Amino acid sequence: MIRLEKRQQPSRAWSLATPLVAVMATMVMGGLLFAALGKPPIEAIRTIFWEPLFGEFSFYYRPQLLIKGAPLVLIAIGLSLGFKAGIWNIGAEGQYIIGALSGAGVGLAFYPLEAWYVFPLMVLVGALGGWLWAMIPAVLKTKFDTNEILVSLMLVYVAEQLLASMSLGLLKNPQGYGFPGSRNLQQYDSAHNAELIAGTGLHLGVVAALIAVIFAYILLNRHMLGFHIRLTGQAPRAARFAGVNPTRLVLFCLGMSGALAGLAGLFEVSGPAGVVSIDFNVGYGFTAIIVAFLGRLHPVGILLAGALMALTYIGGDIAQSKLGLPSAAIQVFQGMLLFFLLAFDLLTNFRIRFGTPETA
Amino acid sequence: MDLSAINPVLLIASLMVAATPILLAAIGELVVEKAGVLNLGVEGMMIIGAIAGFATAVESGSPTLGFVVAAAAGAALSLLFVFLTQVVLANQVASGLALTLFGLGLSALLGQSYVGVRPPEMAQIQLPVLSDLPFVGPILFSHDPVLYFGIALTAAVGAMLKFTRGGLILRAVGENHDAAHALGYKVVRIRILAILFGGACAGLGGAYISLIRVPQWTEGMTAGIGWIALALVVFASWKPWRALLGAYLFGGVTVMQLNLQAAGVAIPVEYLAMSPYLITILVLVILSADKSRAPAALGRIFHASR
Repeated sequence: MIRLEKRQQPSRAWSLATPLVAVMATMVMGGLLFAALGKPPIEAIRTIFWEPLFGEFSFYYRPQLLIKGAPLVLIAIGLSLGFKAGIWNIGAEGQYIIGALSGAGVGLAFYPLEAWYVFPLMVLVGALGGWLWAMIPAVLKTKFDTNEILVSLMLVYVAEQLLASMSLGLLKNPQGYGFPGSRNLQQYDSAHNAELIAGTGLHLGVVAALIAVIFAYILLNRHMLGFHIRLTGQAPRAARFAGVNPTRLVLFCLGMSGALAGLAGLFEVSGPAGVVSIDFNVGYGFTAIIVAFLGRLHPVGILLAGALMALTYIGGDIAQSKLGLPSAAIQVFQGMLLFFLLAFDLLTNFRIRFGTPETA
Repeated sequence: MDLSAINPVLLIASLMVAATPILLAAIGELVVEKAGVLNLGVEGMMIIGAIAGFATAVESGSPTLGFVVAAAAGAALSLLFVFLTQVVLANQVASGLALTLFGLGLSALLGQSYVGVRPPEMAQIQLPVLSDLPFVGPILFSHDPVLYFGIALTAAVGAMLKFTRGGLILRAVGENHDAAHALGYKVVRIRILAILFGGACAGLGGAYISLIRVPQWTEGMTAGIGWIALALVVFASWKPWRALLGAYLFGGVTVMQLNLQAAGVAIPVEYLAMSPYLITILVLVILSADKSRAPAALGRIFHASR
């Protein structure tokens, strides 16, 4: 008979090992899935994980790693703060859209003025937009005890409709011959989030993501607020006795994750994407949830997990063009990863004992 | 703009159709939550039901078989949630999210070859005299069988929870799993059954969207209805008959905004389309003041130490 015995302390070793084990298991199951789709499994896995880094065209794909990884890390860092405290913001996708919309809106309002202050202003407004969008579930939660999961998620659909409305209306390129979508910010120097070193993929969003990682690490390990976040997650009652103000914590965690998601959206729309269009968002806000968990809600872990997730996006694209692997297969692959992670997490918190228990 | 183009009889009839998927999913989730489990994977199970039912109906030509397979598919996906939350004791919020993300991906993968296909139609029930009645006939007596099944299921679940021993045990498990365990009830087994029931209901609701309401398959077509169903359970303060009321309210909002779009009201389409989500938030705010009805053990992990 197999029995579970709760550990006194979560195992540190397993906590570090489970993401790796989960990735391995996902590769195996993913291989089976690809085989079921009639694709060569080993070839597919190799294409996804090896090709972008060391393949023939890696000089083209490596910069993509930074471009795809930066928004994931930026959003996931914000989410992880809340997740640690048991505050579930799952509407990052909406905050990402609103950040991009408001930031790009400011940039487009200044067009064609060339001035140094346009881009900083866009960054500021982008972060503010995401922050405000996240403040809706935050304030509703603190004032009316409304479930932040449902509210933040509903607001994703609202944001998507707003995006559609904006790219077909207010922000539409007046010289775009009637096509939906805004002016291309890449062609407007003052608003363009250009690569800092050409050809590396290193844009300001990547820098912001790295700063966010460092900032989160310091916050969680060296700061009272970070301690309160961890305490609230692990022992809510103890936190209350210790004088943690739950209202402030909700406002901070949701606001922070909203602002970071908004930043991610702004850097994306003013850089790699360039244009506000109906299908501008590609689900980074949801994938970032997987990144946050895969990184064990730890800043450094999230950095690594973000890179891995970016790899599956790029590798997925390559596999799509080379092997005809459907794009949805990669989505399934990413979902599987979260499953395995949650499943193997058992080993972190429990010991598995074999044999019947001695009667007490 | 021509508001007179909106026919009240058709409006009410289509309101009931729009409400049915929400109702089915919400009733399933209500039972799950009554057992003390929070499954946020409703959206994922619905969309899997939508594609499984659609594909089966197209391949076999039988919508009825489609619905059966959809329920089975929803329950099958919920088995993953069962494994995560009841066997390896993972966090229920994270597991539910995983279920939704996975379900959305898997459905897109399965549905690739079904885009643009028309499913076989399900025959509507026609009663000799009743269906021909002037106002009442089209509203009450000429719908598809699944719509009536949804209403019957609501009544059955309500009666089960209130009047039967099984319902009492289910509620006991949801209120205090330790006490229920001490009384000798199989907490985990009861919860697994509840989750499977919830999965089957969500699958049915999903298939209702792809087979009857739309009827077509498009990627991500549930568009948040699973999440609205989750909100509806809160709205209903865990009472089946109030879930029915809520589902009709949301159905009404959806149908109304579609009708206004068609009538060419001066409000842009996008703003009308966001109204169901905004109203969900509004309703959540108004009703979240009273949380006393929530099952006490909702979302808590049960681990029998001995």
